[in-house]
Amino acid sequence: MRTVNFSQHDHYRNAVFPSPFHARQKEHNQLREWSRWSDYLSVPAYWCADMEYFAGRNACGVFDITPMVKHLVTGPDALPYLNRLMTRDVSKIKPGRVGYSVWCNEQGRVIDDGTIFHLEEGVYRICSQEHQIDWFMTNTLGFDVNIVEDTHDVAALAVQGPTSCAILKDMGLQGIEDLTPFGLTYFDFEGTQLMVSRTGYTGDLGYELWIGPDHAERLWDRLFDAGKHRGIKAMGSDALELLRIEAGFILAGVDFLPAMEAVRPSHTRSPFELGLGWLVHFDKGVFNGRRALQEEKEKGSRFHLVKLDIDGNKPANQSFVFTKDEKFAGTVTSAMWSPSAKASIALASLEAPHGKSDSRLELQGHSPLQQ
Amino acid sequence: MTKKYDAIVIGAGHNGLTNGAYLAKAGMKVLMVEKNDFIGGATVSLELYKDDWKYSNCSYVCSLLRPEVYRSLNLAKYGLQIVPYGGSATIAQNGDYIGSYVDPDVARREVARHSHRDADATVRYDRDIMRQCRFIRQFLLRTPPDPTSFKPRDLLEMMYMGKEAMKLGEDLIYDTMRFYTMSISDFLDEYFENPLVKASHSGSGIIGSALGVMSPGTAYVLLHHAMGDVDGSMGAWGFARGGMGAIADAMQGCFTEYGGQTVTGSGVKQIIVKNGRAKGVVLENGDEYFADVVVSNLTLPRTFLECMDPKDLDPGFLKKVRNFKIRGSSGKLNIALDGLPRFTALPEGSELARGDMHLIDSTERLERAYDDWKNGIWSQDPYIDMLIPSLTDPTMTPPGKHFMSVFVQYVPPKVHGKDWTDDQVHQFGQTVINQIEEYAPGFKDLILHVEIRTPRELEDEVGLTAGNIFQGELTMDQLLFNRPLPGFAQYRGPVRGMYMCGSSTSPGGGVMAAPGANAAREILGDLRKTNTVPEGWLDD
Repeated sequence: MRTVNFSQHDHYRNAVFPSPFHARQKEHNQLREWSRWSDYLSVPAYWCADMEYFAGRNACGVFDITPMVKHLVTGPDALPYLNRLMTRDVSKIKPGRVGYSVWCNEQGRVIDDGTIFHLEEGVYRICSQEHQIDWFMTNTLGFDVNIVEDTHDVAALAVQGPTSCAILKDMGLQGIEDLTPFGLTYFDFEGTQLMVSRTGYTGDLGYELWIGPDHAERLWDRLFDAGKHRGIKAMGSDALELLRIEAGFILAGVDFLPAMEAVRPSHTRSPFELGLGWLVHFDKGVFNGRRALQEEKEKGSRFHLVKLDIDGNKPANQSFVFTKDEKFAGTVTSAMWSPSAKASIALASLEAPHGKSDSRLELQGHSPLQQ
Repeated sequence: MTKKYDAIVIGAGHNGLTNGAYLAKAGMKVLMVEKNDFIGGATVSLELYKDDWKYSNCSYVCSLLRPEVYRSLNLAKYGLQIVPYGGSATIAQNGDYIGSYVDPDVARREVARHSHRDADATVRYDRDIMRQCRFIRQFLLRTPPDPTSFKPRDLLEMMYMGKEAMKLGEDLIYDTMRFYTMSISDFLDEYFENPLVKASHSGSGIIGSALGVMSPGTAYVLLHHAMGDVDGSMGAWGFARGGMGAIADAMQGCFTEYGGQTVTGSGVKQIIVKNGRAKGVVLENGDEYFADVVVSNLTLPRTFLECMDPKDLDPGFLKKVRNFKIRGSSGKLNIALDGLPRFTALPEGSELARGDMHLIDSTERLERAYDDWKNGIWSQDPYIDMLIPSLTDPTMTPPGKHFMSVFVQYVPPKVHGKDWTDDQVHQFGQTVINQIEEYAPGFKDLILHVEIRTPRELEDEVGLTAGNIFQGELTMDQLLFNRPLPGFAQYRGPVRGMYMCGSSTSPGGGVMAAPGANAAREILGDLRKTNTVPEGWLDD
């Protein structure tokens, strides 16, 4: 069952669709506030973002990731195709493994980031923030490969936090404790296939559960039943935002502008400029952006993404960064008060050479900070 | 009434009014001369059917009007409000349609309904159009430089343009050069695969232009329609509350408050020139008015071939004026409706009916409509850009009744080389009405009154030579420092004290008010008066 149908002439009457978990989200959503994530209704906070954040850090937070864009890549050339598309060496991602990656245009600027799930030999799922089918199809030239977007055919939950493993075990997922980080495995769930990957966006122990939309509510019920004595809590996007900044994960459209959307070409970023040089594998042969990235590696980048540790207790959202002699150095892209580190922290994009050498910078309207 | 003024502006269209308002704001004593009994030119709202029915008789939607003109002339004070309308629909013959929705997710899914790839490609398309718009917008309220001149201001302006072009970056410079010369059809082929998706974007490439979707240069025409905005939403269009005449009325309100005077009902017979200097005007009714500054808001040919003595002008100049490309390509029906027409392809109650609606399936069909124009006849299967402003603006009609503005392309200035006859005008109207009836059965029965305008009416009533709505084609050979003519792009005429401020001048047509404003800045500069005209524009 597809959760979103827009084949009818009057599909516009639904501007936004309920997620397959909507009925359960509604029960938990005491604030009755809804936000939008692409085609779906999402929850900013069910009751209190801070409490939900602590569930994610201290026990278990559950976040609906169904709206994430998903593609299925199959066919004899799936691997060489992905190696052409992605900056990292996809052949290193064996069946049953997941890898984070970025993909670039020919100028070596990041189009989007996402995760590559090697579901079984030669079958891959690519999850991304932005819709990518046009770019993915453009790149199929010369490859025997089949790509479909199946965003609406899969319901997914992120189950994150220190008690997540125990909860899944209690739910009946035997052997889940053996799943290593970035591993994926399959379980039978009431007669249907449940995929579980040890992945997440929080930097903590956590899993992502993938299932047909028809079984979504049942999965939610079983999960919350198993977790009731282990602090399980439905978590909204506000809490997730805190968790991901704390973990130092970047977000497309926030920490960088996807190259396809960047009206100002100078606002795009390369993987190196996002601190993702470790995802660029020059030794694997030709891939999109290789030449430009090679050149950048030799000549140096225009920007550096840095993690800031800021004096005081005020979150530094939308601040500008200056050097000690008051020269403009860059902008803060994400910021928060970190309850775990008890510090005001931020991600910032600084113009080179700043961010490589300066140990102290200034924030506009803020006291001096340490890097 | 005194006969001596500091400046006389000929033609109370929106550019003339803008020009006059800035001159008056600078303390000049300005007279506005208008041949019709009403002001507005092509920016006009007339009541032709009963008293409570207002039409936007010529121009019908607003996007290009420069916000800095709006602000500096304080048009809001004089009652102007631009209301954006939501979306647009392109209706195909097979009963399907493609809508452009305001909501980005709905919009994406609607394109995906026709082509999943095209839905994603729209992101890239919008980005590239936006890049071109951002580049060009900053030049709209600047006087084009003369590239052959060594005057410091021209050199500086050339350098400024060069610097801004370099800022685009290598790839965008290539893209820009291609964009300005290619056809809209070729341009769309680089992004989209679905014919209906392409058709939905193609109309803006030919509106007001005597070119087909496959003619080189039409990609720029699309840009000309996309570079405006409503409240910063680039490419969005809106209605002027009370019809487009509200824009002219607001400008005149400002003009009058600064002391400007207007005489209507008699056109200019001749611009008086003495010793190589413009000295005033003689009207058709014999009245004479004098001023050391005479500004023409008329088309280039009308100004120099009809309102000036050829002996006052250089023959070489006159030859260039005769060769100015100004060809009518469009017509218009203004219709009073007894109720709301029902387009069968659109879902009941669709919001898209509030926006612009087009009846077209493919760029090929649009090109065939152009073939008829080349053959000297109006398109038998015409392209239609129609709106029902009364769905958004309750001041246009009595409740439950509607006004429909139907822009039609292609319509030749002459039929098989001969002047239009009344009978042909009627036949043209029927072609259009039949076309709409096919998509909205019962439409004919709703019609209470129709005003039919071919290029003949546009020339006779509004003064647009050959009925060209932009006062001259928007092609590269007639843009920027070549508009209207090489060497005359800085709003000065060939006679001292004589200026041009109409859409024939840079940056061209549409209800933009930029030519009028730029010309005022030049005049005030020549007179060493304090400049009242804003210059340039920076998008964040």
